[in-house]
Amino acid sequence: METNKIIETIHMIADENLDVRTITMGISLLDCIDSDSDRACQKIYQKITAKAAKLVKVGQQIEAEYGIPIINKRISVTPISLIAAASNDEDYFKYAQILDKAAKAVGVNFIGGFSALVQKGYQTGDLKLIKSLPRVLAETELVCCSVNVGSTRSGINMDAVADMGKVIKQAAERSVIANTKLVVFCNAVEDNPFMAGAFHGVGEGDTVINVGVSGPGVVKHALEKVKGQPLDVVAETIKKTAFKVTRMGQLVGSIAAERLQVPFGIVDLSLAPTPAVGDSVAQILEEIGVEKVGTHGTTAALALLNDAVKKGGIMACSRVGGLSGAFIPVSEDAEMIAGVQAGALNVEKLEAMTAVCSVGLDMIPIPGDTPAETISAMIADEAAIGMINNKTTAVRVLPVKGKKVGEMVEFGGLMGYAPVMAVNSASSKNLIDRRGSIPAPIHSFKN
Amino acid sequence: MKAILTTIGKDQVGIIAGVSQFLAAKSINILDVSQTIMDGYFTMMMMVEIKDKDFDFSVLTAGLNDLGQKLGVEIKIRRAEIYQAMHQL
Repeated sequence: METNKIIETIHMIADENLDVRTITMGISLLDCIDSDSDRACQKIYQKITAKAAKLVKVGQQIEAEYGIPIINKRISVTPISLIAAASNDEDYFKYAQILDKAAKAVGVNFIGGFSALVQKGYQTGDLKLIKSLPRVLAETELVCCSVNVGSTRSGINMDAVADMGKVIKQAAERSVIANTKLVVFCNAVEDNPFMAGAFHGVGEGDTVINVGVSGPGVVKHALEKVKGQPLDVVAETIKKTAFKVTRMGQLVGSIAAERLQVPFGIVDLSLAPTPAVGDSVAQILEEIGVEKVGTHGTTAALALLNDAVKKGGIMACSRVGGLSGAFIPVSEDAEMIAGVQAGALNVEKLEAMTAVCSVGLDMIPIPGDTPAETISAMIADEAAIGMINNKTTAVRVLPVKGKKVGEMVEFGGLMGYAPVMAVNSASSKNLIDRRGSIPAPIHSFKN
Repeated sequence: MKAILTTIGKDQVGIIAGVSQFLAAKSINILDVSQTIMDGYFTMMMMVEIKDKDFDFSVLTAGLNDLGQKLGVEIKIRRAEIYQAMHQL
C-alpha cells in the first residue's frame, strides 16, 4: 500500500468530513397487520426491537475498527397506512407512538415510514394517516413521515396536494421543528436510506441494510486542485472522488449486513451536506465557478455535479439506489445559507435547481402567514417537475409562526439554521381549490 | 486481521520506541514499517496483525490516543480493508 494513498484517506476523514451518513435498516411490517390495533402495535414493537437490536452496536464497532464516522443509525418501515388500514381506528397516533418507543429502545437516531402512497387516490388508511400527521409530527421525537402525492405513471393527486398544504400549516402551528420530519414526494423511492423521506417499500425483502454515503468536503477539496481547467476535467475529478467515497460506503454496508445477518440492499450515492464548515454542496458549485450559489450558471454546475457523482459511484458498488445525487437543503448547508443572505439564492432558483438534482425544495423556512394554498401550489410545482422528468422530487418547507422574511430561525443540530425566505405573494387558491388530479404525462405510457 | 497504524506529528526522540513498546504489550505483531518526513512532519505507517478475532478496537483506540498525547503525535489505527477498498480495484 502506498503511503500517499493512506494519507489521502486519512485527510478525507479527518479534514474533509468524509463519513457514512447513515446505515438504515429497512424492516417490513406486513406480517404485523392485525384488525386489533393494540395487537398490531405489540407485534410492530417486537419485530423492530428484535431485528434492530444490534444495529447501533454493530455501527459503533465498524466506526472503531475502520476509523470512519457513521453519523446516523436509522430504521425505515413499511408505510404505516398499509399496516394500520386493517384496524378500525380513526386516528393512527398510536402507531407513531409505538414506532417512537421502538426507535428509542434500540437507540437509533430516526425511524421513517409513517407514510402513505396516494399518487392515484386515497385508500382506507391513507386519509386517516394524513389527518394524524400534525399531532404525530409535534408529539413524537424520532418518527419521520412522508406522503407520495404523484408519480410519472399515475399523475398528481391534487386532493392530496391540497390536504398536505393544510397539514403542513397545522403542524407548524404546533411546533417549529415539526415539518423538518415531513416530506411530500413525487416518484418516491422504496429503498431510500435518508430521512425524513425513508420508508421500506412493499417490493423489498423482509429486512435489508441500505447505506447512504456523503462527502461534499472531499469533492470540494479535489476540485481545488483543478482550478481554471475545462469542465470535462471537473467532471472527471468528481467521478474519481465519488468512486472512492462510494467504495467506502460499499465496504461499510457489506460488513454491517454480514454482521447483522441481513441482506445488503443498496448504496445511496448522495452528497449530503451538514451545517459544519467545509461540508457544503453549495461550496462545490462555487468551486466550479459561480461566485455565490443561486446566481446564473448554478443550475448547469449542479447538473454536472449530480451526473458525475452518479457515474463515479455506479461502478463502485454492487447496487445503487435511493435518491443518489446532490442534496440542496437550505438550512443544512452553510454556503446555501450564505447565498440566501447575500440575496443570490431564492425559492424560484431553488425550484429550477431541483429539476437537475436528486431531491427538491428542502429545509426552507417560509413566513408563518403563508397561505396553505400557496404551500400546496409549491408542492404541485415540484411534483410536476418530478412527474414530467421521471425523477424524484420532494418538498420540505417550514412555515415559521410569527416570523417574517429575512428573520433567522434555528432548528438545532444537523437541521441547522436559515433566514426565512420569501414566497410569491400572488394567490394560487383557485388552482388548488379545483382539486381532482393532474393526469399522467403522455410519455408515461411505455407498455 | 491486518490493520494499518499511522503516526503523524512533530519528530522527536522515542516515537518509534514508544509505539512499538505499546504494541508489543498488547501482543500486536508488526509486519511492515515505513517512515518518512512529509511536509516537515514525522509520518510513520505500520502494517500490524491482530490475532484475536473479537478484538475490541475502541479500547485500543483510547490507549493509542493517550500514547499519542504523551508523544505529541496523532496515532490512528484502521483495518486495512478500508484503504484497499478506496484505492484498489
